[in-house]
Amino acid sequence: MQRVADYMPQSMQPIISISNLSKTYASGFRALKGINLDIRRGEIFALLGPNGAGKTTLIGIVCGILKASQGSVTVDGHEIVKDYRAARSLIGLVPQELTTDAFETVWATVTFSRGLFGKPRNPAHIEKVLKELSLWDKKDNRLMTLSGGMKRRVLIAKALSHEPQILFLDEPTAGVDVELRKDMWQVVRDLRSSGVTIILTTHYIEEAEDMADRVGVISKGEIILVENKAELMRKLGKKQLILHLQKKLDALPASLAAHNLSLAAGGSELVFTYDTKAERTGVTAMLSALSSADIGFRDLATTQSSLEDIFVGLVSERS
Amino acid sequence: MNLRAAGAIYTFEMARTGRTIWQSIVSPALSTSLYFVVFGAAIGSRITEIEGVAYGAFIVPGLIMLTLLTQSTMNASFGIYFPRFTGTIYEILSAPVSAFEIALGYVGAAATKSIVLGLIILATSFLFVPLQIAHPFWMLVFLVLTSVTFSLLGFIIGIWADGFEKLQIIPLLIITPLTFLGGTFYSINVLPPVWQTITLFNPVVYLVSGFRWSFFEISDVSPAISIGMTLLFLSLCLAAVWWIFKTGYKLKN
Ligand SMILES: Nc1ncnc2c1ncn2[C@@H]1O[C@H](COP(=O)(O)OP(=O)(O)OP(=O)(O)O)[C@@H](O)[C@H]1O
Ligand SMILES: [Mg+2]
Repeated sequence: MQRVADYMPQSMQPIISISNLSKTYASGFRALKGINLDIRRGEIFALLGPNGAGKTTLIGIVCGILKASQGSVTVDGHEIVKDYRAARSLIGLVPQELTTDAFETVWATVTFSRGLFGKPRNPAHIEKVLKELSLWDKKDNRLMTLSGGMKRRVLIAKALSHEPQILFLDEPTAGVDVELRKDMWQVVRDLRSSGVTIILTTHYIEEAEDMADRVGVISKGEIILVENKAELMRKLGKKQLILHLQKKLDALPASLAAHNLSLAAGGSELVFTYDTKAERTGVTAMLSALSSADIGFRDLATTQSSLEDIFVGLVSERS
Repeated sequence: MNLRAAGAIYTFEMARTGRTIWQSIVSPALSTSLYFVVFGAAIGSRITEIEGVAYGAFIVPGLIMLTLLTQSTMNASFGIYFPRFTGTIYEILSAPVSAFEIALGYVGAAATKSIVLGLIILATSFLFVPLQIAHPFWMLVFLVLTSVTFSLLGFIIGIWADGFEKLQIIPLLIITPLTFLGGTFYSINVLPPVWQTITLFNPVVYLVSGFRWSFFEISDVSPAISIGMTLLFLSLCLAAVWWIFKTGYKLKN
């Protein structure tokens, strides 16, 4: 899908450019180790990584909440420290922690955010945001009377109140029910089609698989991979061919040992794992070996590994 | 300049005051009235006038200062400490606002609250004692300068504190004693000479003295020195706030 932004020469430059960024906390802990990362204009970028990998730290620095120990970040060409006003006014942040003022009403807190970012009052915009996030009927409620999932959505509304060009979502769907999660992703898709760049973190890898244009994996403070999602799935995705056997096997016959086969489902299935991008997948050879061994099958199916499998593989490889 | 941001913070803080109207306005006004009853009526009836001013009236400027100092410090320190405590400070740190605008919002709101409170106490005191104000303009100048200065001090404390205990400790252990020893209820001329000299190191003396002068034209130190010292203290607080934001002290990890 082509978007308007794609036709503009500006879109060739990354909207966020992070170079050689390191962060050492006061405790001496090195949370980020020389991060280099470009975020493209208008994309949805999923930043994945296990707990403690440094995702929130990275977002905190770009948004101005934390100080970098080393390195630099530019947002739409504005250096985030020197030119903080220009940089920050483009960014909306939905933090991971549910931090809200207990006694404020939804309406007041969202209006406050807009003012804080220097935008003129615009009740119509705030109404639109609250409606999209199914918060309209809660607008006069105090925040402490809301459930966790509702508070999460209030934080999203606050971030959207000032019409940011870039939106950081640090685990936006944690604690949000399935129905509302779908609504939320619809909001994100709409934002993307209006040209907003979105950077999200999530531990629900299927969400990243659904939503992201590109995926970055961070582990122990280092970016270990940045890849187009489709490309990544193609490159690292393993395919499996599952054969439902006519007769149960107790063990794999020796003649089949050379093939990448394994028994599953108590011997009633044979699973053949192969690499789709390899020159020879070995499917034909395996099938003829099966017939020489006189093993028949009733049915067959193929599966492709999910982003989650890929992710788990990558991260465990590192540790 | 992002004045809208300062305005948003100011409005937010004023709304908070509105919600805690009893705690922030009514209760200080009430306790000041009690001071009038105890000191002005009960004890004051036994004290002859001080430098030509009835004792009940004499203590009015000091009482207003006492409330102003403690309330400005407490309100402003709480205003900035609370978002740090709950974590909502993230939004302010990520917003395109300068240190000056943040301070303007928080300190402006705390000072406004104190000024309103000071005026309420002043109005209340008219009910208890006969009172005249010789220099209303200078009275307001002292009222505003003191509120702003101590709101700034409170703001600094709110950033420095890393627990509710530290938040209370300065108002409790420093400001209240300094105020009581700063000539709130007496003229420092009644003290032995040594103590008079020691007292001159107490900044509150200058505030109370100048403020009292604007009412009765009597003062412990000259009003010009009072104004000068107030401005000096204000500048010190401003410099401290500027340094805090420049270094990101305790606001950013
Ligand atoms: N204020 C701090 N002082 C010291 N260490 C910290 C601080 N904040 C975070 N860390 C450490 O930095 C590392 C990265 O933390 P961060 O919050 O960025 O992880 P994350 O990738 O967001 O994890 P999660 O998926 O759990 O949210 C962790 O090991 C954490 O313990
Ligand atoms: Mg995190």
